[in-house]
Amino acid sequence: MYAFNYHRPKSLADAGKLLGDASDGKFIAGGQTLLPTLKNRFASPSDLVDLTGITELSGISVSGGTVSIGAITKHGVVATSADVKKAIPALAHLAGLIGDPAVRNMGTMGGSVANNDPAADYPSAVLGLNATVHTTKRKIAADSFFTGLFETALEESEIITKIEFPVPKRAGYEKFRNPASRYAMVGVFVAETADGVRVAVTGAGPCVFRHKEMEAALAKSFSPDALKGIKTDPGKMNNDIHGSGEYRAHLVGVVAKRAVQNALG
Amino acid sequence: MTISVTITVNGQPETRDVEPRTLLVQFLREHLQLTGTHVGCDTSQCGACVVHVDGKSVKACTILAAQAQGAKVTTIEGLAADGKLHPMQEAFREHHALQCGFCTPGMIMSAVDLAQRNPNPSEETVRHELEGNLCRCTGYHNIVKAVMAGAQAMRG
Repeated sequence: MYAFNYHRPKSLADAGKLLGDASDGKFIAGGQTLLPTLKNRFASPSDLVDLTGITELSGISVSGGTVSIGAITKHGVVATSADVKKAIPALAHLAGLIGDPAVRNMGTMGGSVANNDPAADYPSAVLGLNATVHTTKRKIAADSFFTGLFETALEESEIITKIEFPVPKRAGYEKFRNPASRYAMVGVFVAETADGVRVAVTGAGPCVFRHKEMEAALAKSFSPDALKGIKTDPGKMNNDIHGSGEYRAHLVGVVAKRAVQNALG
Repeated sequence: MTISVTITVNGQPETRDVEPRTLLVQFLREHLQLTGTHVGCDTSQCGACVVHVDGKSVKACTILAAQAQGAKVTTIEGLAADGKLHPMQEAFREHHALQCGFCTPGMIMSAVDLAQRNPNPSEETVRHELEGNLCRCTGYHNIVKAVMAGAQAMRG
């Protein structure tokens, strides 16, 4: 790691100011992606502004058909929360599949969503459940939040404060993991929501995306068989040492069927 | 730039001036000379560096010492009490759950955390929960046996 300055503000206002004052600052939450990135010298920020001292960013609440999760809530907390398990079991299940127990004790929902790693799990839940990302400046709908490879709609000093997930009729998540990194080779989140069926795919392409053909098929019949014969374009998939585009495109179909099965319980 | 970091390690408050980029594992090994916590992969995959931060397992190679400011940290050196091995350490000894021993400190710290959350784990649970700890010698069989026996001993 290159040297940097470290700050741990107590308020969102101070955090925004510290980042604004830094020549090339970065926010850090759990650091489970950022620290490995810094160790590899893929980034060299002048300042790290640690958000985990800001208590208002923490906590889980359920009311009126919405699960609201504070940005610095750890994966392990979401995975074991009785409230989340009851309201959106698929979301708790997904959180419990991230990394390993020690990583889940540090990594945060806001950090994962803001980073938008193409193989991260949470973006598929945010997109699949049609969640709303609350920030220090505005509310952003999931459909316009994830904009590309490691890219989001967030502006430079904008901080995610919480994410609101509408409780779906039913939802399921299935993940085919890379056995070494435990990131998703392909992960599919399916949900039957008030606005229809949504299918969000992570790991497969450069950015989480909705699979519209699958959504249309599942809207007619919410069953694994409804997905039979639906193709995914290998040309739009990632193609790397872990798997070819063809392999991933095939996996999307297999994993999506299992996700629907999970949603049916 | 250095910053002052105070961490309570194995019950003892320790204050050091460190560079902000100092990892918790460096703080433990290089500043406090507590070398029981190992660095295996340095990429948060192998789990040799697992310690407890405020009672929860964390990979000490992937947290800054500054992030642990004010926290209570327990390392493998802090488990034994009054000259007696912790029940999980004793179970690892009894079941020969190691060969070279490099992964063992992290393995035991993860196992203690597991047993605290899950006092009566099934073999499947133990294997699943230890996915963040790699052992390249044993094939895990005796480790799994030891963790189950250690969990039982911890419940008394």
